Amino acid sequence: MTLGWYLAVSVLIFCIGAGGVLVRRNPLVVLLCLELMLNGANLALVTFARMHGGEAGQIFALIVLVVAACEVTVGLGLVVAISRRNLPIDVDGMHELNG
Amino acid sequence: MSPTTWGWLVLLFPLLGTIVIGLGFRRYSRIAGVIGTGAIALSFVCAVGSLLSLLGRSGGHREVVSSLWNYASSAGVDAKLQILVDPVSVFMILVVTGVSTLIHLYSTAYMRSDAGYSRYFAYLNFFVLSMLILVLGGNFVMLIVGWAFVGAASYMLISFWYRRTTATSAGIKAFVINVVGDVGLVLGTFFIFRHTHTVSFLGTFKDAPHVFHTDSTDLVAGCLLFLVGAFAKSAQVPLHTWLPDAMEGPTPVSSLIHAATMVTAGVYLIVRLHPLFQLAPSAAEVGAIVGCLTLLIAGSIALVVTDLKRVIAYSTMSQIGYMIMGASAGAYTGALFHLMTHAFFKALLFMAAGSIIGAMAGNQSLDRMHGFRKAMPFTFACFLIGGLALSGVPPFSGWFSKDDILAYVNNRGGIYEVIGVLGYVGALLTGLYTFRMIFRAFYGEPSKEAVEYAHGHPAHAEVPRNPLTGEVEDTAVGFPGSEHATAEDEPAMTIAMGLLAALAVVGGALQIPGVDHVITNFLAPSLAGAPLAAASHEPSTGTAWVGLIIGAVIGAVGITVAYLIYVARPGTAARFQAAAPWLHKFLVNKWYFDEAIDLVVVRPVLAFGRFVESVLERIVISGGVTGGVTGAVRSGSAAVRRAQTGFLRYYAAALMLGLSIVVLYFLISST
Repeated sequence: MTLGWYLAVSVLIFCIGAGGVLVRRNPLVVLLCLELMLNGANLALVTFARMHGGEAGQIFALIVLVVAACEVTVGLGLVVAISRRNLPIDVDGMHELNG
Repeated sequence: MSPTTWGWLVLLFPLLGTIVIGLGFRRYSRIAGVIGTGAIALSFVCAVGSLLSLLGRSGGHREVVSSLWNYASSAGVDAKLQILVDPVSVFMILVVTGVSTLIHLYSTAYMRSDAGYSRYFAYLNFFVLSMLILVLGGNFVMLIVGWAFVGAASYMLISFWYRRTTATSAGIKAFVINVVGDVGLVLGTFFIFRHTHTVSFLGTFKDAPHVFHTDSTDLVAGCLLFLVGAFAKSAQVPLHTWLPDAMEGPTPVSSLIHAATMVTAGVYLIVRLHPLFQLAPSAAEVGAIVGCLTLLIAGSIALVVTDLKRVIAYSTMSQIGYMIMGASAGAYTGALFHLMTHAFFKALLFMAAGSIIGAMAGNQSLDRMHGFRKAMPFTFACFLIGGLALSGVPPFSGWFSKDDILAYVNNRGGIYEVIGVLGYVGALLTGLYTFRMIFRAFYGEPSKEAVEYAHGHPAHAEVPRNPLTGEVEDTAVGFPGSEHATAEDEPAMTIAMGLLAALAVVGGALQIPGVDHVITNFLAPSLAGAPLAAASHEPSTGTAWVGLIIGAVIGAVGITVAYLIYVARPGTAARFQAAAPWLHKFLVNKWYFDEAIDLVVVRPVLAFGRFVESVLERIVISGGVTGGVTGAVRSGSAAVRRAQTGFLRYYAAALMLGLSIVVLYFLISST
């Protein structure tokens, strides 16, 4: 029964993150929301690991943290590059790569 | 050595000559001429070797086949690199290499100032190689290879002066008409191969009487297609229009290819395939009729042409008409005999013509050359000997050989009797046009060039001009050289012409009715199975002599008429022309054959080509096929492109939607 609540919180955080990615236009906030999604997933991983008593889930969560760090580095780098060119800090404002 | 070893050597030397000259001498080099002449001379020596070696065998063993390797031996095709050495092919290689050697020798002097001297000898050796493959080939495949090579060599040599537009278009014309003949030959081979299942000559001839009955449809079709090949190569009506244009090539080329050797390939073909033609007498009759028509048409055109070389070209057509007529009628010996003597005297006539053209500084018009008799006595003597042999005056060689054919044809009876009588009409024309040429060029008031030449100042054109169109041309690559050679000044030319003149005089002695039958006896093993070559078909000695006397009288009448018209009463020709201008126009326009072919073949093909270009190409291919495919791709991509908005959030939404669908699918399917 306790497992259900942990997972419910995990899904809630994931959905908040996903909703933020979809609706927010500030790239910084989009990155933050991505982090939320990843951490939602992390919570689920840790939960399952705890339930099964194995270490695999924990290690997986650590790897996800590393990936998240890398992703944030690249993402923040992009944000810095955008602001240096005095472009609007707006995800919808950058759509030159359309068909 | 065996005859076939000699036969392979005959092929080897021209091949080596072609390769060495073609690859080794990119620039003008006098050595190229020496190598070229030497290669053909060695080839002639080997041809004599194969003759002697063949004569060392008894009659039944004089047909020897030798193969080097297989071309293809699948699906019942037994195509080998194979030569057949028998009396007919040895006869041909002797004539081809013998005359070629002399013409190469002549060319070393005649082409001296031409910048393309080395290229010329490479081409000329290649031509000899092709012709030897043609006559030595032991199966239809080799024959076709040689046949096509000869056409290609002819194209290269006609267009030798490639900066002249007249020469290049003449070369293309010759090549295209020759390809028509090639197609006929190949298709004819298929008709025969279908039934005999072998491409080798000897196998085909052995099987032919068993698989074909007389005049069976496929056999007649095959033989008619062979005749198309023969007509195209031998310039017979209506595929003859390329030969007069082929005179655009250098004069020795006209002498070698378009008089002495290549154009006789059709005659060789009919003689070689005589077992098939004997089984298809209706096809043979077509050949005889076309030959007869050609000799009359060409003879009539030769009466009005004013270009010296073209008169000889029409006379060549006419003489080959005799040979085709004779070979089709069954006078194989006579046809080959006339082929040989014709090669001698026609090569001689062209060489002499080249000598006069040299003295005229490249001008070929009979309207301008007069009175060269005193100025060029040697050339005149050679031309006269050639002319007398051509007109069939005793005791020159042409008299024996032409009347050999005519006596045989007349002796066969039926339709051939009509053809034979028409042959005598042609003989009258021959005497007339030959001596029209001689009287106009050598008699009368000497022209400016003749006078100058007699004083030791050969004419030099101020500005070299194309003799046909009068266009000014330079003397660099692709044009004739600036210097002109005459037989009087050049020992090489004198030797070549002297030898040919001697042969033209005595060549007839090989075969005199009632005296000797060298050629009949020599060819007998090849013609052993031919009923038409049997002694019962040969005219009796008495008949043959009557024919000879008639021929001599007719030739003499032709010459006399020419004398009356052109020497005794100058101006008669102009009066004839004024009396019947329509006839003169008709003949000057060569019976309108070019125009007729243009109307019947060229224009419809052109119209069809334009139709294909404008409708099939533009509308169906460009519009329908490629246009349809590109249109479909373009509209499809335009539809897909709309999904690429560039908005990051749309992509994220699409990604999540897709993931949700996948997850939902697995959730639903797992329960």
